[in-house]
Amino acid sequence: MNDGPPPPRDPRYIWPAEGLRRVPDWVYTDDAIYQREVERIFHGRTWNYVALEAEIPNPGDFIRSNVGPTPVVVARGQDGAIHVVENRCAHRAAEFCRELTGNTREFVCPYHQWTYELNGTLRAVPFRRGVAGKGGMPADFDMTAHGLTELHVTTHRGVVFASYVADMEPLTDYLGPEILREFNATFDGRRLTILGHYRHSLPGNWKLYHENLKDPYHATLLHTFLVTFGLLVAGNKSLMLTDATGRHGVMASAKSDAKVAADVQGEMRAYKDGMTLAEPRFMDFIDEFDSPWSVTMATIWPNLIVQREMNTLGIRQIVPTGPHEFIMKWTMFGFEGDDEAMTRHRLRQGNLMGPAGFLGLEDNEAIKFVQDGMQRVPNGEHVVELDPQTAYGTSDTLISEAAIRGMYRYWREVMDL
Amino acid sequence: MLDATAPHTDHRIAALLLHHEIDQFNARYAAALDAQRLTEWTEMFTPDAFYLVTSRENADHNLPVGLIYCEGQGMIRDRAFALENTAMFAPRYLRHIIGNLIVHSEDPNGDIRAQANYVVLQVLFDRPDATLHQVGVYHDIFHRTATGLKLRERRCVYDNLLVPNALCLPA
Repeated sequence: MNDGPPPPRDPRYIWPAEGLRRVPDWVYTDDAIYQREVERIFHGRTWNYVALEAEIPNPGDFIRSNVGPTPVVVARGQDGAIHVVENRCAHRAAEFCRELTGNTREFVCPYHQWTYELNGTLRAVPFRRGVAGKGGMPADFDMTAHGLTELHVTTHRGVVFASYVADMEPLTDYLGPEILREFNATFDGRRLTILGHYRHSLPGNWKLYHENLKDPYHATLLHTFLVTFGLLVAGNKSLMLTDATGRHGVMASAKSDAKVAADVQGEMRAYKDGMTLAEPRFMDFIDEFDSPWSVTMATIWPNLIVQREMNTLGIRQIVPTGPHEFIMKWTMFGFEGDDEAMTRHRLRQGNLMGPAGFLGLEDNEAIKFVQDGMQRVPNGEHVVELDPQTAYGTSDTLISEAAIRGMYRYWREVMDL
Repeated sequence: MLDATAPHTDHRIAALLLHHEIDQFNARYAAALDAQRLTEWTEMFTPDAFYLVTSRENADHNLPVGLIYCEGQGMIRDRAFALENTAMFAPRYLRHIIGNLIVHSEDPNGDIRAQANYVVLQVLFDRPDATLHQVGVYHDIFHRTATGLKLRERRCVYDNLLVPNALCLPA
């Protein structure tokens, strides 16, 4: 990293001797670790998801967002360029933008009406020259030195990212070729249409959400809805892909009509032969993507999940609020050209995910249980030993934790721990 | 017994009886969900019913997604079956409070448009407090059937945009 020699190793933060096969609790529960993550990860060398271009299609459109915990506003200028600025007035720190979305010509802080252009340039300070020759700003007050903090912005296929770092590599390099291929399979060039948002808090460490989607082992065990109705089985064609660094991942699987093999049935406690839904059509997969996978869950470091669960598509944005909690903002979308039947199919299939989804509510509960366990029986460690043939990274078996090990190999490097 | 549909009945009494009938329906709806008798809950809808739980943010912007999005009683039954038989979530008690009923109109075809405010309180077994889990409004279309009022549509629009962790049971 670029901030000098590493601090002396604190004995509280010694990694277990087993290496990546263990993850110590302090990774998830310690406030100093969390603060270091904000500095080194969310404010460090990362591209953070902030919005979809379809949410701000017109000049003057803006949407509130976050980079890590830090509130920002994403706005489209009159020239069409996208700007991301901190939602903090340069004068007295007020979080000036309070609407979730809107359209404006300028940002005006309501406290003292300091006025900014959409790119953050300070345009006006009321009573800058005082009144009747008295008061006001110093004569040498430099307007150009008191704009909003502006972040660096890039877009790819209608998805907007921001970074505090000026010399970030292009997003395509940041993702790497394997992850980029899956990203482009979902964002395939069709223009996006916004179907709506979900927002929820989650009382767990933000990394647990990445890990949940780098943990294909849980999918057939926790999500018995899929198993009960024979919709997902441990023998399905699947891949747990990571990039070369280990920070990004894609959990991919292909829907299969094959029957559940007898030996697999025995391991899946929930499987019930012959169980059917009253409305099975909501689980239909309409093959609309150039991809061998019917389901991909991409974890884009550090704050983005791209959900392509058959035909229900969504962005999940992680907003950490401390070591023990984060907020998740979901943006569900379809494509221009979807007819009403396709839109309704996406909406029906949306019952799988989100904080009331058949799968989504279980993930949220499971992650809460993990944080509860660490808080109530502290100072332990997690066992991530599955699939020892793969030290870390990509694995073609669902019964693997190699992608979690890959993520922590990278995390330890960035965190210098 | 007063027959609210008889032509000689004062329309104000008819309105009062209808208001009471919907109020009673909502009380039974709350009781079914509070007791987690989800099969009973599914039978309070018509076969073609639409049931939606969505945020006020989405409703205000005419965005169609729902946390729960059920087209037809079949999907409502699938949801109930899944929650009772497959879903993993911590045990909890819920208390639905429904009030401020407004009956907007009754069509000749038996559709009645109404709305009511609702609150869902949630108790987890390891916490001393009942937390405000949902606060919102039901936008309803009731339909009069041979077996009494049924919901043809219930759109639950909640104000608390940030859902606390997970909505495990219907609103």
